[in-house]
Amino acid sequence: MKLQKKDILGIKDLSIEEINLILDTADSFVEVSTREIKKVPTLRGKTIVNLFYEASTRTRTSFEIAGKRLSADTINISASTSSVVKGETLIDTARNLEAMNPDVIVIRHSAAGAPHLLARLLKPSIINAGDGAHEHPTQALLDMLTIRAKKGKIAGLKVAIVGDIAHSRVARSNIYGLTKMGALVAVAGPATMLPLHIEKMGVAVFRHINEAIQDADIIMMLRVQTEREKQNIFPSLREYAAYFSLNTRNIRRAKDDVLVMHPGPINRGVEISPDIADGPYSIILEQVTNGVAVRMALLYLLTGGTG
Amino acid sequence: MNYLLKGGRVVDPSQQLDSCPLDILVERGVIVKLEDNIAKTGAAGRRAKSGDLQVFNLEGMVVAPGLIDMHTHLREPGFEYKETIRTGSEAAVASGFTSIACMPNTNPVNDNRAVTEFIKRKAQECGLVRVYPVATITVGSEGAHLAEFADLKDAGAVAFSDDGKPVMNAGIMRRALEYAASIGMPVISHCEDLNLSAGGLMNEGWIATKLGLPGIPGIAEDIMVARDIALAGFTGTPVHIAHVSTKEAVSLIRNAKTRGIGVTAETAPHYFSLTDEFLEEFDTNGKVNPPLRTPDDLQAIKEGLRDGTIDAIASDHAPHGRTDKEVEFEYASAGISGLETSLALGLRLVEEGALTLTQLIEKMSIMPAKILKIPGGTLRVGSVADITAFDPGMAWTVALPLFRSRGKNSPFGGWALRGKAVLTLVNGEVKYRNPLPLDGGGLGWG
Repeated sequence: MKLQKKDILGIKDLSIEEINLILDTADSFVEVSTREIKKVPTLRGKTIVNLFYEASTRTRTSFEIAGKRLSADTINISASTSSVVKGETLIDTARNLEAMNPDVIVIRHSAAGAPHLLARLLKPSIINAGDGAHEHPTQALLDMLTIRAKKGKIAGLKVAIVGDIAHSRVARSNIYGLTKMGALVAVAGPATMLPLHIEKMGVAVFRHINEAIQDADIIMMLRVQTEREKQNIFPSLREYAAYFSLNTRNIRRAKDDVLVMHPGPINRGVEISPDIADGPYSIILEQVTNGVAVRMALLYLLTGGTG
Repeated sequence: MNYLLKGGRVVDPSQQLDSCPLDILVERGVIVKLEDNIAKTGAAGRRAKSGDLQVFNLEGMVVAPGLIDMHTHLREPGFEYKETIRTGSEAAVASGFTSIACMPNTNPVNDNRAVTEFIKRKAQECGLVRVYPVATITVGSEGAHLAEFADLKDAGAVAFSDDGKPVMNAGIMRRALEYAASIGMPVISHCEDLNLSAGGLMNEGWIATKLGLPGIPGIAEDIMVARDIALAGFTGTPVHIAHVSTKEAVSLIRNAKTRGIGVTAETAPHYFSLTDEFLEEFDTNGKVNPPLRTPDDLQAIKEGLRDGTIDAIASDHAPHGRTDKEVEFEYASAGISGLETSLALGLRLVEEGALTLTQLIEKMSIMPAKILKIPGGTLRVGSVADITAFDPGMAWTVALPLFRSRGKNSPFGGWALRGKAVLTLVNGEVKYRNPLPLDGGGLGWG
């Protein structure tokens, strides 16, 4: 089966079949990263540009390793400032890159919709590696891959997503993906972190973490962006840690075999206590491992591979 | 040249007139006769012989007082790549407008006599449409010190507005209303609480939630509309609310009017034609301030137009260059190039029965004239001949590259619309005629 898509802009645009195709393909790539020689010739001669307008360790490295393990040539471009501040527009930068005939452009940008702009105008495949607070599809795919691997299924699981939903692209992509795959999704956060009409996305909405994680199979904690304190989204990190963190006390409300996830980077002692982050329920580092496999799958499928 | 406009449906709300066929005779720039079947030859062929009478057969056309757009941005001086007074004037006359008011957020801003006079002079050189400068309320539109209202009035400004920005300080807004009223000048308020709208890029609601874009809540507009109504009531002065976009603002204005407060209001065609759903693909042509709202708001705007709560339709013509719009949504300039679709979008309201044709023309001619206290908006015998004729049935497709405006930024590109200006007279002179020859039955375009 082929992925009939030029770009991966968001989970919203993916069907259940397409998500399954990507996850199944990723499953078959997991093994490559465990080999003595972690390289297959699949994408030899293909060029992948990682165009990152926002700081990133995990995602950028993950895409680079994914490309390299498939024998593609990968180029990283980090723009520490936005295209506007830099003086060259995003479109001009991207058209220049296009002129060098890459096969895939991976873009991360602080402005929601930036990957869509490139997808409309450029020939190469565009992968959204996170756009503003909109979507982060590869994160949601790697999360779903991890859940599926650990639990054997996604449908019917109770998943709680806790934190700043309003400003989280990880939350949006996971809500789209998990609800499509049949999970029961709850979100929780103070009202300032819950966007208007979020319930229309098909999630249960709670104002407190304890209600959301009750009997949960999966708890997904979101990173608190410290700059939100200045915008009065919450009063202080101290108060947030006291009332919205996941810790050894409140995790007892969840199922005994609950799994704890976090897209990283974590704020230890803020949204998640160190005991939890490093504890037996945590699968945070497995998420990272699976990120490489999911990105290998996407690069492979977008350049014409069959699942 | 004198003109005889024959056989049209003459709709003039200023004299409760809707009559077909009715002829209009224009001599030396003035409407001299409004009668059924005015003879082409006049006094025993005198006019025909002298060759100074041009006859237009306007059968099937609507003939109305010249349309007036009380809210445009002509961008000159300072942003000539977006629009100039000439290109804006060309867009206006070709779209049925005989008068337009232009907002002061140019560079330099129009907060002094020199800029007002510059705009007036440029417009006169173009000689197409009447251009009425709106000057700022505060120096630099910075919200701190009142501009020299009397001097600006003397230079030719017709109203004051910090459009694009609100006057956040209620004390300064109070003084502006009082001082302007004392010299008989209107104040136009851009209602937006900057603390509530801070960082927002589109209407706060379900669509913004899906897109992950920071929202501008409706209340950012409502709270300032409420404030300005309270100020107008307290000071006993009039205030005009620009570009109304929310249901609650309509309700506040409706209520204020029943209490006898001197508030008037305008809305723009995009607020009764589009909702925030347009933005689902991050199309920056739909980025505008105030933002496109919800279907609920759209319905309330239509109802406000119908019941007279909203007095006027103004395009808020905000032309931008490609470089302003072909960027990330967050960095794109807000605004819609609206002059050239305004009439046809208004006619959709007539077609769907939301407004009568008389109401539409009223809101696009006599009402803005009254609010700005400028001439025009009537076809009464003896008045200056600012006249618009349009074909209400002419089907056309909005082709953005064909806009006369430099701003090709419109969310209506590709829309199939009906209704187009065919003849525009300003001061008794033909400033625009549709290049398509009408079937003149021997009279034609003279």
